[in-house]
Amino acid sequence: MSTGVTGPTRASIPEKTLRTDRWWLYPLTTFVVFTAFVIYATWRAFSGTHYFVEPYLSPFYSPCLGDCVEGSSDFGQPFGWFPLSSALIILIFPLGFRMSCYYYRKAYYRSFWLSPPACGVAEPHGGYSGESRFPLILNNIHRYFWYAAVVVALILTYDTVLAFGPMQGESDGIHMGLGTLIFLVNIAFIWLYTLSCHSCRHVVGGRLRHFSKHPVRYRLWTWVSRMNGDHSKYAWLSLFSVAIADLYVYLLSTGAIEDLRFF
Amino acid sequence: MAYNLKMRLWRGDKSGGELKDYDVEVERGEVVLDAIHRVQATQAGDLAVRWNCKAGKCGSCSAEINGRPRLMCMCRLSDFEESETITVTPMRTFPVIRDLVTDVSFNYKKARQLPSVELPERKPGEKRTMMQEDVERGQEFRKCIECFLCQNVCHVVRDHEDNKEAFSGPRFFLRFAELDMHPLDTADRRERAQQAAGLGMCNITKCCTEVCPEGIHITDNAIIPMKERVVDKKYDPLVWLGNKIGIRNKDNDGRTPV
Amino acid sequence: MARHEMTGNEMSYYAEGGIERHQYDVVVVGAGGAGLRAAIAAHEAGANTAIVCKSLLGKAHTVMAEGGIAAAMGNRWPEDNWEVHFRDTMRGGKMLNNWRMAQLHAQEAPERVLELEDWGALFDRTDDGLISQRDFGGHRYARLAHVGDRTGLEMIRTLQQRAVQIGIDVFMECTVTDLLQDRSSGEGRMAGVFAYWRETGRFVVIDAPAVILATGGIGKSFKVTSNSWEYTGDGHALALRAGAKLINMEFVQFHPTGMVWPPSVKGLLVTESVRGDGGILKNSEGKRFMFDYIPDFFKAETADTEEEADRWYDDKKNNRRPPELLPRDEVARAINSEIKAGRGSEHGGIYLDIASRRTPEFIRKRLPSMYHQFKELADVDITAEPMEIGPTCHYVMGGVEVDADSQESAVTGLYAAGEVSGGMHGSNRLGGNSLSDLLVFGRRAGESAAAYVAGLGEARPAVSDEDLRAGQWSAVAPFSVDGGENPYSIQHDLQQKMNDLVGIIRTEAELAQALEEIEQLKVRAKSMSVDGHRQYNPGWHLALDLRNMLLVSEAIAKAALARQESRGGHTRDDFPGPNPEWGAKNLVVSLADDGESVMLNPQPLPPMPDDLKKFFD
Repeated sequence: MSTGVTGPTRASIPEKTLRTDRWWLYPLTTFVVFTAFVIYATWRAFSGTHYFVEPYLSPFYSPCLGDCVEGSSDFGQPFGWFPLSSALIILIFPLGFRMSCYYYRKAYYRSFWLSPPACGVAEPHGGYSGESRFPLILNNIHRYFWYAAVVVALILTYDTVLAFGPMQGESDGIHMGLGTLIFLVNIAFIWLYTLSCHSCRHVVGGRLRHFSKHPVRYRLWTWVSRMNGDHSKYAWLSLFSVAIADLYVYLLSTGAIEDLRFF
Repeated sequence: MAYNLKMRLWRGDKSGGELKDYDVEVERGEVVLDAIHRVQATQAGDLAVRWNCKAGKCGSCSAEINGRPRLMCMCRLSDFEESETITVTPMRTFPVIRDLVTDVSFNYKKARQLPSVELPERKPGEKRTMMQEDVERGQEFRKCIECFLCQNVCHVVRDHEDNKEAFSGPRFFLRFAELDMHPLDTADRRERAQQAAGLGMCNITKCCTEVCPEGIHITDNAIIPMKERVVDKKYDPLVWLGNKIGIRNKDNDGRTPV
Repeated sequence: MARHEMTGNEMSYYAEGGIERHQYDVVVVGAGGAGLRAAIAAHEAGANTAIVCKSLLGKAHTVMAEGGIAAAMGNRWPEDNWEVHFRDTMRGGKMLNNWRMAQLHAQEAPERVLELEDWGALFDRTDDGLISQRDFGGHRYARLAHVGDRTGLEMIRTLQQRAVQIGIDVFMECTVTDLLQDRSSGEGRMAGVFAYWRETGRFVVIDAPAVILATGGIGKSFKVTSNSWEYTGDGHALALRAGAKLINMEFVQFHPTGMVWPPSVKGLLVTESVRGDGGILKNSEGKRFMFDYIPDFFKAETADTEEEADRWYDDKKNNRRPPELLPRDEVARAINSEIKAGRGSEHGGIYLDIASRRTPEFIRKRLPSMYHQFKELADVDITAEPMEIGPTCHYVMGGVEVDADSQESAVTGLYAAGEVSGGMHGSNRLGGNSLSDLLVFGRRAGESAAAYVAGLGEARPAVSDEDLRAGQWSAVAPFSVDGGENPYSIQHDLQQKMNDLVGIIRTEAELAQALEEIEQLKVRAKSMSVDGHRQYNPGWHLALDLRNMLLVSEAIAKAALARQESRGGHTRDDFPGPNPEWGAKNLVVSLADDGESVMLNPQPLPPMPDDLKKFFD
């Protein structure tokens, strides 16, 4: 027996939705883009090649802790014995952060699991327990991934500083190319995304009952809250920027393009 | 200014019903509820519709207009093409009573299960002190007009009748959050929000926020902070460790679990 | 035992006729501010209490109240106290108020507000963390406890949550059609109420020796009104039929600022807070015209230059208040005159401008629901352009005559509180005094009803079978007529006539005509018929409400015709000024012997004791 909108007590309307707008656009777009990203990221993460061109280290591989190419390991190679791609050692952190992110959860529940595909559109599943059971209950550890994400963002910031370094054959000192710019934009979006996180908002002040007794944390909370309003936007922008940064390094490394040097 | 509007209204009751077509003269400045009232006054005197203030303040005239949960009194005809047919059905999550009226007792049942505010005793004449920034979060939630559109759109109960027992719904998570953020309240309802109210069933797909006519950020400001607060209590090993070694989180001092 | 689907109440079935039957100590009719507060008080005093309301719980008209609750807490102005509030209230009502009610009201309001906070209300705060208070028309000091501009919602939600918490039974979407009495001992005593469930059309009788009316007002009898459909004067009519009396029915408050455009929202309230927070009124020539309409009575305390008026917002000690903040009757009349003189706005109103006087942030913070309301319903951004507004029927000062201390009417066991009761506001109510009225007298009514029932012991009044049959017969009567007139068209005509003939400015000829029209409408109403069956049938519901609307409209028109002066909410074109003779008496309305019309009796005002008189020297 059906229990949803076509259940016995509800107004008898056979349609699963009477919406006349293009409600399917958001889940469809999300599905296509996320799938494309996952395919791309999987290929790049497993490939284990073309991730470093002096001074650019692909964000997928940073920090490079495995048996990495020369010059790419700024934090040593504690996992030098690891037989697979070095990306796989660290990618769990940004991946976990995004998988358990409150925005991404909405996006993939809607577009991949269709639970629900859009508001007021019946979902196709018979049963539902939400995030109250394993494995989805694990999404509650989001804040630990956030702690890790802050560390990752710091490292990527360090990479961005290094991206002002010389390319092979250039003199010492500060240089800049299109790659540097891409890295700059990427790290800006990464920080915006990381700091606008709901867990961040909770940790900096949201958990307090008396803002009036903690004026500094209240101020921080107000800032984070403002950014939090655009969390979904930053989620998308940083997703694109990180993929573009990696793609740029890949194209440089394979020799398909040359970095446009400004100075 | 006046034109003929084509409407499809759901007519029926528990035993069944269907969408029926009506033609009604309307003006562009009017809202859907005006059109319904004109149908009622001129063509179908017994058309059942629940409404009160017609100003978006009481939250009585909730329905689904072209499949989207909305208040009929705040849905302007000028948002639609004149040639467009407007379909109005009752809310599809609650048992139908008749025509556009549904039995929303689910919400009143859930309200009765909710622990109320518990403030410390006050002597007559004594004034309580609370700072504006401490009441502001709760004030946002108290803008709720109880139209129950969020309850209606939430797929947890909309698509799964069997979840109604275990799930309070967005409107009451709002209440949990309000009380948990109340600067003077003395109860700790986190355990209860997670267990009895079914907070964990929410998968934050944000439809409640999308339909809220008061623009309350139900998901971002109430449900997610409530989830985070539950995490503080239930899943955070750092908090657990802190408690063990005596570095306690003092936020919940003076609050008793209920 | 079966439980009702909507309420969870236990249902027992009367063997014959299938009437559902319940027993309580106290029944409260209406679940707005007064009803809920009364029920809470009765319950806390130990009475087994039920609330019966026409709508869902929490939807009553109290949610529409915007500005605030007037209470002399002195949080912003320590000089404020109950005596000043009492004086403001009496002067606002042009001294026609029941002095004792005005006194109790001013004295008890602060504690009633603090009580709301105990029950979870979150008022806006001052910098010291106390309840913030805002300026309003007719109040000497900033006195209105508020939450943005949705104070009514806060109040009803708080009371509703309190009522649910302490477990009061609520009969939602249930309409009372008759008050039942026990006349076995000669004098009638309340014995219960006869009602029907809107959902099923099924009848229900609640046996209770004490009934508290808290049904609100009568605004739906007028075409342009800020009131919701529920405001059909049920309590007024029920009380009349039960033998109680109404007073001050000629005084109907037209709120100066209602929306005028688009037509679908005509009459919708625009809160007085707009003016309290700095908004001014302008005519089509751009003139701030209120300075031309300051009556002598308020000259001494009203600014006569724009400069002084503007300084007042920040310095109340050395400046007098702007004329925009005169009591509502004065402002409504002034607006009406401007429109009549051809200086109105495009859609027949005048301009209310706060955009040019306050920053957009300030407006959005202080008046969020006004901002929302104009944006959503009229496409007007009030932070950038002026609003078009005009007078709208808002409140009836008249109501059931009650004892000031106990709120008991002339009928033993029948109480009234809130808008349905009369006397407290005299000829004109000050903004903000209604919410405090609900709380103060709601509680008093609840407590005295509970005390009355406790004193009864076992000797309870009983409902007679005859009355039950009469109640049923009368309720289903509209179904027994075939091919009669549609109640909607009768209601429409009544609203139009009341608006045109008994509106803001009245004349003898028009009032006399109104009474004739009402007579004709009564005849038409006798033969009206409704379609369909008893299950959630709005046509039937309206047919039943219409009887009340007609009776109450007659009371208003009759009293308005008799009072040959202008005072407060009653303005006679043919008797433009106040008359001290009329200022010494109330008009009392009671049901005529035919049971279908009303009669009038003048009655002297209760004399005010000297220690209160001194405030008006």
